[in-house]
This record gives sequence, C-alpha cells and structure tokens, in this order.
Amino acid sequence: MASSSSQKTLRPLSPHLQIYRPQITSIMSILHRMTGAGLTAGLPVLVWWLWALAQGPETYARVVTCLSSPVGLILLAGWSWAFFYHLCTGVRHLIWDTGAFVTNRGVDITGRIALGVSTLLTILLWVTVL
Amino acid sequence: MSASPNDLRSPLARVRGLGSAKNGSGHWLTLRLTALALAPLGLWFVGGLVRHIAQGDYTAARMWLASPCTAVLMVVLLVVGFHHAANGLQEILEDYVHGKAVRLTSLIAIKFAGVLLAAAGIFSVLKIAFGG
Repeated sequence: MASSSSQKTLRPLSPHLQIYRPQITSIMSILHRMTGAGLTAGLPVLVWWLWALAQGPETYARVVTCLSSPVGLILLAGWSWAFFYHLCTGVRHLIWDTGAFVTNRGVDITGRIALGVSTLLTILLWVTVL
Repeated sequence: MSASPNDLRSPLARVRGLGSAKNGSGHWLTLRLTALALAPLGLWFVGGLVRHIAQGDYTAARMWLASPCTAVLMVVLLVVGFHHAANGLQEILEDYVHGKAVRLTSLIAIKFAGVLLAAAGIFSVLKIAFGG
C-alpha cells in the first residue's frame, strides 16, 4: 500500500465545509482546537517572560514594554480569552467523557454556558487588571 | 507464537504496537489527565498574574516567583503544560498532515522544542527561586 504522497492517487473527497451550515457544535469544536494551538504559540512567550525575569531588571523591563504595547496587549487579551475558552470547552469535554449531557440539547446548553462563562471570565480579568 | 486468549492481534500487530488509530488509549488518557491538572494550575497562574505581575513591577514579580510554593507549582505547570500542548499538537498533525515523513519530522521537532522550552522555563524559575 503506497503511503507516500507522490504515489498516492488523488481520490475525490466528499465536500464538507462547502455543504454544512456552521453550527454551534462545529464552530465551538474547531475553536477549541484553534485556541489550543493559539495557547501553544503563547508558551514560548511565557518562557521568554520567565527567562527575562530571571535575567534581571533591565531585560525584564524590555519584555514588559513589549507586552504593554498595543500589539502586546491585543495578544495578551487574545491569549486570555483563548485560555478561558479552551478551559471551559475542555471541562465540557471532560463532562462528556463521563457520559453526561451527550444529547443534542445537552450539547447545545453546555455550549452556550461555556461560551458565556469564558467571555465573562475574560471581561472580569481585564476589568480587574486595567 | 503464543497468543493469549484475550489478545486477538496478529504477531505483527503486537510488535508494531499500534492500534488501527495509530495510537492507543494512553494518548487519550494522558490528554485528559494533563487537562485535569492544568485546569486548577492555569487558574492559579492567571490569579498570580493579576495579583503580582500585571502591575509590571520587577521586584514584586520576583518575590512571588521566588516563594517555594509558587516555584514548585510553576515548574509543574511548565512540565504538564508543554506535555499537554505537544499531545494536542500531535492530534492536529495526525488530522491534517498526511505525508508520513513530514508528519513524523514535525512531531519530533515539536516534542524536542517543547522539552527545550520547558527546560529553559524550569531553569528560569529555579534561578529566581534560589537566587532570591
């Protein structure tokens, strides 16, 4: 069985993204994956911040300036929302793993709750900080 | 080749160690366990950021990180966090990258980078904790 792409016969795929209307289920699912990836991209920044803190006040001041810049603040806001969203939808996944709320209605309700709680927590965080 | 009565796999399948999903339940469980640990850890860290870091003060930040409890939890957060991230990225790779060579190389690169970054982070925490 040839597995290298050069030998692979290009077989037609059933259209999916072109067909299905976006729903709360699919959107929240892909957002969970995207926030996870986004948070992973933030991990090197976390290490960079820690490293600077360990190096000394001058290095640290530079990092703080970068992160306090408009771009920096936008990134931090994004990461904070991504964290709360990924946390809430992650808990939703863990709840599903127990078997609970695995119904159309349950998925819808838990989805709205997760969306609401994550947005609320993000707002609370930034209101507290600013 | 003795097959235990509970094992329906062929000898080749046993040797390769892969199920039809190319990974076993260990992957799934690890993701859940790290997630379970990261929930309180992450919230703790965000709380710490608000209370000690958000003002931007260097001394306050160092004092918080230098305290033994913070340092220990920070190290755990880094280890578990990078492990969870690598695990999650692996799933993304498996879903979207179809070339075996590219996928494998990317996976190895991600795992190695994760170890390096986690090590750098742990080193920084320890430097702060022991340096005072």
